[in-house]
Amino acid sequence: MIDRREFLRLMGASLALAGTSCNVSPPVEEIVPYVREPLDIVPGEPLFYSTVTTLGGYALGILVESHLGRPTKIEGNPLHPSSLGATDVFAQASVLSLYDPDRSKDVLRNGQISTWETFSSDIRKIIAAQRQNGGAGLHLLTETITSPTLAFQIGELQKTFPGAVWHQFEPIDRSNERKGAISAFGTDVETVYRFDKADVIVSLDADFLLGRPGSVRYARDFIQRRRIRQGETGLSRLYVLQTTPTITGAAADHCIAMLPAEIGSFAQELISMSSPDARRSAIIEDLAAHRGSSLVIAGRSQPPAVHAIAHAVNSALGNVGQTVYYTETVAANSVDSTESLSALVNDLDAGRVETLLVLGGNPVYNAPADLHFAESLRKAGWAAHLSLYNAETSAHCEWHLPATHELEMWSDARSFDGTASIIQPLIEPLFNGRSPHELLAMFSDSPQAAGYDVVRRFWRTHGIGTVQKTVPAGPVPRTEANVGSANANSSSAEDNIADRANSFEASWKQALRDGYIRDTAFSPKNVSASAGPFELTGSRPTGDQRSFVLIFRADPSVYDGRFANNGWLQEMPKPLTKLTWDNAALMSPATAERLGIENDIANTGGSHGQVIADVVELNLNGVTLRAPAFILPDHADNSITVSLGYGRDRAGQLGNGTGFNAYALRNSNAMWSAAGLNVAKTTERFSLACTQNHTNMEGRDLVRIATLAEYEQDQNFAKRDADDPEKQISLYPGWEYNGHAWGMAVDTASCIGCNACVAACQAENNIPVVGKTEVMRAREMHWIRIDHYYENGATLLQPVMCQHCENAPCELVCPVEATTHSSEGLNEMTYNRCVGTRYCSNNCPYKVRRFNFFGFADYETPLVQLQRNPQVTVRSRGVMEKCTYCVQRIQNAKIKAEVEGRELRDGEIVTACQQACPTEAIVFGDINDPDSRVTRLKREATNYGLLAELNTRPRTTYLATVRDRNEKMMEKE
Amino acid sequence: MQPVPKNSSQEQPVIIGKHTYAEVGDKIASVVLSPKSPLRWLLGFGVAFLFVMLLLFAVGKLLFVGIGIWGVNIPVGWGFAIANFVWWIGIGHAGTLISAILLLMNQHWRTSINRFAEAMTIFAVACAGLFPLLHMGRPYYFYWLLPYPNTMLLWPQFRSPLVWDVFAVMTYFTVSLVFWYIGLIPDLATMRDKAKGKFAWFSFGVLSLGWRGSAEHWHHYEKLYLLLAGLATPLVVSVHTVVSFDFAVAIVPGWHSTIFPPYFVAGAIFSGFAMVLSLAIPIRSAFGLQDFITLRHLDNMAKILLATGLIVTYSYLFELFFAFYSGNIFERYMEINRMIGNYSVMYWILILGNVVAPQLMWFKRFRTSVPVLFILSLVVNIGMWTERYVIVVTSLHRDYMPSAWGMYSGTWWDYATLAGTIGLFVALMFLFVRLLPAISMAEMRKAIAPADVKEAD
Repeated sequence: MIDRREFLRLMGASLALAGTSCNVSPPVEEIVPYVREPLDIVPGEPLFYSTVTTLGGYALGILVESHLGRPTKIEGNPLHPSSLGATDVFAQASVLSLYDPDRSKDVLRNGQISTWETFSSDIRKIIAAQRQNGGAGLHLLTETITSPTLAFQIGELQKTFPGAVWHQFEPIDRSNERKGAISAFGTDVETVYRFDKADVIVSLDADFLLGRPGSVRYARDFIQRRRIRQGETGLSRLYVLQTTPTITGAAADHCIAMLPAEIGSFAQELISMSSPDARRSAIIEDLAAHRGSSLVIAGRSQPPAVHAIAHAVNSALGNVGQTVYYTETVAANSVDSTESLSALVNDLDAGRVETLLVLGGNPVYNAPADLHFAESLRKAGWAAHLSLYNAETSAHCEWHLPATHELEMWSDARSFDGTASIIQPLIEPLFNGRSPHELLAMFSDSPQAAGYDVVRRFWRTHGIGTVQKTVPAGPVPRTEANVGSANANSSSAEDNIADRANSFEASWKQALRDGYIRDTAFSPKNVSASAGPFELTGSRPTGDQRSFVLIFRADPSVYDGRFANNGWLQEMPKPLTKLTWDNAALMSPATAERLGIENDIANTGGSHGQVIADVVELNLNGVTLRAPAFILPDHADNSITVSLGYGRDRAGQLGNGTGFNAYALRNSNAMWSAAGLNVAKTTERFSLACTQNHTNMEGRDLVRIATLAEYEQDQNFAKRDADDPEKQISLYPGWEYNGHAWGMAVDTASCIGCNACVAACQAENNIPVVGKTEVMRAREMHWIRIDHYYENGATLLQPVMCQHCENAPCELVCPVEATTHSSEGLNEMTYNRCVGTRYCSNNCPYKVRRFNFFGFADYETPLVQLQRNPQVTVRSRGVMEKCTYCVQRIQNAKIKAEVEGRELRDGEIVTACQQACPTEAIVFGDINDPDSRVTRLKREATNYGLLAELNTRPRTTYLATVRDRNEKMMEKE
Repeated sequence: MQPVPKNSSQEQPVIIGKHTYAEVGDKIASVVLSPKSPLRWLLGFGVAFLFVMLLLFAVGKLLFVGIGIWGVNIPVGWGFAIANFVWWIGIGHAGTLISAILLLMNQHWRTSINRFAEAMTIFAVACAGLFPLLHMGRPYYFYWLLPYPNTMLLWPQFRSPLVWDVFAVMTYFTVSLVFWYIGLIPDLATMRDKAKGKFAWFSFGVLSLGWRGSAEHWHHYEKLYLLLAGLATPLVVSVHTVVSFDFAVAIVPGWHSTIFPPYFVAGAIFSGFAMVLSLAIPIRSAFGLQDFITLRHLDNMAKILLATGLIVTYSYLFELFFAFYSGNIFERYMEINRMIGNYSVMYWILILGNVVAPQLMWFKRFRTSVPVLFILSLVVNIGMWTERYVIVVTSLHRDYMPSAWGMYSGTWWDYATLAGTIGLFVALMFLFVRLLPAISMAEMRKAIAPADVKEAD
């Protein structure tokens, strides 16, 4: 891999120019590329490496696009069961965190710059001291760990230091699931769902489509049963009972807003399978009618009893083994993270902690407020924090150690079904960071061991290929890229593997190539659920009519705060609220009215930019927090939701000072909801950057939806006159396309609004981040947006990007021919010809064009520039831009086909949004090819053109949504 | 040129009182030739000049930092700049109308106001011309809108109304400037003859192109002037028609309308005459020109104001009618939104200014009342600016996709730029009345002594 070294040297030089220090020694490890064996690295041709990224410890299989050694873009790994080729918004954005200029660059001792050498000599003293008392004062605090190697290392550490204590804390944890499993089965298990097999799904506040282990895969499985192709129905039905509106609720056929306690009482009704309430009994009847093909799923915020009930009900309905199965836990050592942290705090307060090693996480910021972790941490004799950022926790530790990003290190991790994967680095550590493996190795016999050796040694001894647990976690994906893997399941391929089983090297390479280690998925575990009774604990309404229930949620953008300095995520319009750069106290319209809260549309930006919100004072158990109040339809009344992860003061330039810190109100006994919240309106007002606050369709036919009954009556319900080609007349002669004609079909029934496409587009197309002020002026730059509307109790979602019209209104009005029609039907934007009259944007009925009002692109920071896609122009000030259908990908595929002397294949060109989409809602292809997937979709009865009545003849068309709503529920609604 | 008929007893005279040639010349020329600038002039010019500095500051900032300092956004890609552009262009129209169309139609009352009305046109078009340049994202490439042979082998996109705009406005500016200058030549010669200072004598001498007032000169002059008037006349219609195409060609509800060309032309004349009144009334009192700009002029202009105001009203009504009669939900929503939406205040200001207020002009009492006319002219100017703002902003801010609906508001820099161009306009007017004869001496002489002017046709 000599060329990689070349590149690293060059990049080191450029970083040195930027004034950053960088370890530029050539990499000593071997990295095996995915799919394409690079005989030689061809400049301009990206390579793809398979690895995984983790969230809350759980792995998501990814492929990383690397341009001459620079990772630039993350794609899903089609072979990996957690991904099947798709990603979520966090995975997409993680590449930006790699290049975050605010990442910690130096080892710090008491805030002063130090070195790894000084640290290791310090740690030798610590080790010597700890050896004498068997590590009695040695404490380790980690996040959830699914890494087999890291767990092994910690085990070894505990062998060396029998007194050492391992604590784990994860603010977005699965403690409730754990306790629920223990009370149902007597042991903790991991629950794995098969949404593709479920006809009726009841979600008890479970947002299984976003930000939860396996959600990318679950979204794919779930949506397979939610769309109609060629008249074939067989839709599943989803009931969601939730407090805070989620995208899962938006995808539901019936979504009922309930307080947590009400969800609990519904769960109890599920045990007896009867309810006094007509709507709830309709749900129960539906469940009962689908024994073996129904599914009850409880959310992580629900108390353990609800989880236990869900297990019991699934078991009673015969769903276990069908729509749900159980495995051993994915986390290496499943603990109750709050209890674990409390134990640490007790030890700290008692002065029993001589040495505290904090591997990742940021407990000073995100620990439950009542533990007062920061104060206790000061009582540690010696503390070191390994972290990507010099974060809040780092400031409270003697040592801060820069960590490596997941794209810079060797490691491993397991995904929701137990599948283990090797994490391989794409680049030398940019900032002198070390991985947790390397840090833990310092406590072992080989303190200088590199992460590569640690991980390899583990797998060599614990054997890739020796672990024989097989369970395919669902249908084999049909994407073209994994044809090879499908064969792997056939007997001949297995023989082949068996031949090489003794060759670790081959298995290792195979694992790196595939992005996962074969046969490591956990096999189903036979457990029998107790039938209860289960005692519902947790927050109960206090009976005080004036008080509210406070709900805590992971933020859909910054998660638990770890992404607070990630510009893409900060500026990502959150699903349903469309807020950027801030969190807010979310409440229902009725609650807002009761409190006298108003949201006003600002004169600048308006509903596409700025909402002026009343600030409320949230008072819980004497702790007061000020937060802007945001009114959100479908929120449960008398409750207020705050998302975690904001209000940080050591996040970095972007993250500091955004939003408010909801952890301040979060106590260890009420991690997800707390009753007895007092809310008072203040006179203060706060401007929120909200990209869509107008959610009424105003009687326009933008998103078309029908019930199954309506669809069966008229399959063409979505068609209008304008969709009839005969009626699409124009004075101008039509375009002729003799070669390709690119088009896209977007299925509104499949879109779950997860934002993965938005992030993917941003990463692929070098889309700049503009900041809160500019978003408030309605100038955000995303080329694709996800519109949402409320209509008849349904939440409708619609991804909107350039529609590439045949009769494009923008082309007509550009005075300088900067936007033109290509011979393949693309509406092309020539940036360097654009003079910036913005006439095209005015004339675009879809308002998908974006303008560089300022020089939004960062030309100053070399580090950020490393992320850029070299195949996409970085736009300068004063030019218009918009979705190109990823024209660079079209060209790449065409060139490749030409070089290989063949025709382009359908599915060879995949746009960034399409590739990221977990539900395959976006399909791109050649509409001149009658057999292409996109053409077939466009032939569907539900296909229609957005605003086609304007005779724009959009190339992108939409498929209407059909939902199988329960008529019994509809009567009651 | 036709002799001016004697004032009939029914009509107000064009000029009041008995004036000799010399008196006319002295009175008008003395304003220019007096070596000392009056204090009031200095004050007025000083204030206007400060606003010119403000304009330079605002434009400087714009060029350095970018168009983002303005309030424009997505969906409202055009804002103050385009409203200002249309407004200024419209104001210019009265000058051309007075000088060309009224000349062709033998309306001799025009003589005392045509000179500064023409100047007003040129300055207004100059102010207007700034905006399309400044509102571009990359103004330094403005010349890409011009059809010129280039190594890129690229031409403008001729289907775009913005390209037509470039031609229309540039033609208009050129013709107006030439027309104005030709009309000035006999007076420039008078000024040369009267000039005492060397510099004034030399400057006026060069500018008067050797005019000696011979019959030959007059003959050519009259011919050329008539020809130019003929050339300028269609421009009155064409320029604002083309400007209206910027909107009418687009598919934005509120823009996409066939009534726009006549509606815009009428609106332009309407606002132009309002501006002439706003300028004539202070000028005539400041320089004691009540004898030359008489109540008859004001009365006539007020009548034109009323007539064009009624056309504008008709257009408003029919815009509404079409929106509802067509059954187009987007158009209908747009009209309702204008009337009761976020910008409804602006809409009702425009109705008050452009529809209600001009109805006073049905009454002679108001038409001949100088204070009423002055206030009305300002109201109409504001109303017409508001109208352009309403057309540009309310149409864009809520068009087809409710998800993209937004709001626009001008920033400090938008206001500064508008105020700056008003300052520029006023400063140029101040310079004009100080440096050039604001009323045509040659034509005024004809007006006072018709019997002495005998010309062969």
